[in-house]
Amino acid sequence: MELRKENRVLKFFFITVSFVFLGVFLILPLIYIVVTALRDGIMGYLTAVSDEYAIKAALLTVQATIWAVIVNTIFGIAAAWLITKYAFKGKKVLSTFIDLPVTVSPIIAGLIYVLTFGRQSDLYPILDSYGIQIIFAVPGIVLATIFVTFPFISRELIPVLTSQGTDEEEAAALMGAKTFTIFRKITFPHIKWALLYGVVLCTARAMGEFGAVSVLSGHLRGKTNTLPLYIELLYQGYDFTGAFAASSILVVLAIVVLILRLVIEKRGQKELDLNK
Amino acid sequence: MKKKLLSLILIAALGASVVGCGSKGGTASIDGEDVPKAGGEKIELTNVSYDPTRELYAAYNELFAKHYEEEFGQTVEITQSHGGSGKQALEVANGLEADVVTLALEGDVQVVADAGLIDDGFTSEFDVDSSPYTSTIVFLVRSGNPKNINDWDDLTRKDVGVITPNPKTSGGAMWNYLAAWYYFEQQGQSEDEILESIRQLYANVVVLDSGARGATTSFVENKQGDVLIAWENEAFLSLQEYPGEYEIVVPSVSILCQPTVAVVDEVAKKHGTEDVAKEYLSYLYSDEAQEIEAQNFYRPSTKSIYDKYVFTADSNTITEVPADGKWINDNITLTDINHFGGWTKARATHFADGANFDSIYEQ
Amino acid sequence: MNRHKSVIPGFGISMGITITILSIVVLIPLCSLVVFSAKLSFSEFVYTVTRPRILSGYFVSISTAFIASLVNVVMGIILAWILVRYDFKGKRFIDGIIELPFALPTAVAGISLTHLTTTNGWVGQIFYKLFGIQIAYTRIGITVALIFIGIPFVVRSVQPVLEKIDIQYEEAAFILGADAKTTFTKVIFPEILPAIISGFTLAFARCIGEYGSVVFIAGNTPYETEIAPLLIMSELQEYDYSAATSIALVMLGISIVILSINAIVQASVSKRVNGKI
Repeated sequence: MELRKENRVLKFFFITVSFVFLGVFLILPLIYIVVTALRDGIMGYLTAVSDEYAIKAALLTVQATIWAVIVNTIFGIAAAWLITKYAFKGKKVLSTFIDLPVTVSPIIAGLIYVLTFGRQSDLYPILDSYGIQIIFAVPGIVLATIFVTFPFISRELIPVLTSQGTDEEEAAALMGAKTFTIFRKITFPHIKWALLYGVVLCTARAMGEFGAVSVLSGHLRGKTNTLPLYIELLYQGYDFTGAFAASSILVVLAIVVLILRLVIEKRGQKELDLNK
Repeated sequence: MKKKLLSLILIAALGASVVGCGSKGGTASIDGEDVPKAGGEKIELTNVSYDPTRELYAAYNELFAKHYEEEFGQTVEITQSHGGSGKQALEVANGLEADVVTLALEGDVQVVADAGLIDDGFTSEFDVDSSPYTSTIVFLVRSGNPKNINDWDDLTRKDVGVITPNPKTSGGAMWNYLAAWYYFEQQGQSEDEILESIRQLYANVVVLDSGARGATTSFVENKQGDVLIAWENEAFLSLQEYPGEYEIVVPSVSILCQPTVAVVDEVAKKHGTEDVAKEYLSYLYSDEAQEIEAQNFYRPSTKSIYDKYVFTADSNTITEVPADGKWINDNITLTDINHFGGWTKARATHFADGANFDSIYEQ
Repeated sequence: MNRHKSVIPGFGISMGITITILSIVVLIPLCSLVVFSAKLSFSEFVYTVTRPRILSGYFVSISTAFIASLVNVVMGIILAWILVRYDFKGKRFIDGIIELPFALPTAVAGISLTHLTTTNGWVGQIFYKLFGIQIAYTRIGITVALIFIGIPFVVRSVQPVLEKIDIQYEEAAFILGADAKTTFTKVIFPEILPAIISGFTLAFARCIGEYGSVVFIAGNTPYETEIAPLLIMSELQEYDYSAATSIALVMLGISIVILSINAIVQASVSKRVNGKI
């Protein structure tokens, strides 16, 4: 306890610094968004958020987010299981590639899909003959969203699975349990909180992606404009109130997601304590 | 407790996939080829355009849909896409399925043509070089013109902060650059002197935005710089949106900007929308459309309508949108792109990598 | 490492899923990047990616990202520290908003930060009037946007490690006569160092490539505030695919190098720790 007392000044200093830092960098922009969104009064705000194109954009964003979460969940579980339960060659390379998308510039993320599926690509005639359009259409937006959130779920699962070890699964396997049974009965209970946490992070990031989607969306109003792109469009159309009003939708969504995260963490913690 | 959670996750996942699949089904019809069916079926048309035309095409699309319904008995729904002209051209060349393009300059349409999507001779497909409306480059200054900016040479003064987009990423900015070049040329400067003047001008640039709209926002909303080099229509729009805060200064010389329109033949053929697309662009020349263009501060190509909007200017400053709607100041010497040998040559001389524009930043 | 065949079934299916999705989403698209830049000869490639303007773009991106990540290391340690060690009002709130930069669209963040920091914005005018410092449209502005983007990385990698350090070690050190400073530098810091490095490298790599938020707040002046991702965009606008992909390839290389450095550091640290025990 002595230790704590001595640091009271330091504690006060650190907490103050943290509050100031987060206040300026995180809270102030939020306040600015809300204030500007309400600049033309509450009616102006309601008109802006109930605009037909705003709703279409929001729906597209939700759609892309759901796909990203589904694909990344499947991938995350498979990859985390693979990396933590087996020893094989090329594991390090594999995990570097899984992490890579987070550090790749969003512009490059968009660019690589344009190069792969665009008209100048060798794949284009094949896809075109089946009437499949990837970029400048919804599939491209979904792909870009998956890319930028790619490692979010596996990164949450890997540490948990590593610390859990492989003993339980090995025992179950020796007793003749099937893969899916092992996963469902043994592995899943361990990772479910981490998985949920990863899903929440993935959702949050997927909703807000701008750069990558911007490169390959084509900005077709009402068709391939996600909410962040729609915000940019409004912003450049002198409709600052509208832009910030639409932003506030995302801010609210972000806050909901973050609250969800806290709830998940709390319940996960409780269960962990119970198990102990 | 555990079971409850598990079922919760399951339900969430199920719900997610249902919504996902549902919306996927919904978009499939958009992704698939839209073959127009006869009689009352809705036709979809995609118009890929550049930044400042948002307001114009919002109004025109309404007019055209009405016209087409009356004339041909079919509903047309037009999807718009706006962005930097060069970027838009590139996206169409890359497979963005536009039935028509209405871009800031012929050079950008040429890029789409080079990709094999537009048949040769698109500049003569419609009247007046396929430019139904034109514009020019003017200055927007703050109310009262505090820095006393009257012509291009004022922009090279040390105390003036200039806002113009980057010619490397913006079609409008190329026009700005060429207009400035023409002015200094008219002053009898040698090529080296012109380059030096241009260098001084760009040394005064406070924010080099990537697009025309971004530049306007920097000047108008973020209050950067003393003068915005802008499309005439953008400048008037700012007067309208922010009455009393800005003034337009018309320089002694400028450039005739000819935005080019074209049917993207390959895509229209695929969609079966060739006729609608053609009608969409030729109707831009109708009297009704020309009126709308003039009301959105584009210079109409029909002489009689153009004349209706001309006023006799007694100064080079316009402080408000004229109440009688006559806004065209005819008292300006305009050059055009032919003076620079056409877009291919202008691009190579001025905007390509290592060309004039790059050289003014090298020290 | 002794390689043995695992008795757990499911290797095939998990390997299959992982490789399939990884290939479609990451590997094949990345290959096309290489294919497109291969259209230039090697000397052309070198020329393209080492033009002065491009070099200055890398420099702006890397230097601002580096400073921003350093700020985030300091603030990240402090934040993780107060979240783990102290109890105070608003702790849950702070813990909750750390991930906000992930969730807020980068464009929205960029727009609002720009408006706040122009010379007549809420924050910008204070700095401008008091110190004559301009934030928006300068490298300081870029750094500000990147600090925003990078906040969660260091906090979230240091926090769990800090939680696991047994307070008894510190108490032992204290009883043995170490003061707070020594306890921190000798006991705590070595423990959290790998986490700091991992958070720093991720934040750094992410910031180098950031576009959405920076493009609004940077003045985009060549040689001054023009970032590397913007150069890729501007090459694209000139229809110069091979130049754009070449610059992209260099940036991708930087990302891979940064990630690999991190991987090597983490491996050597875990070896050292395991070796001790």
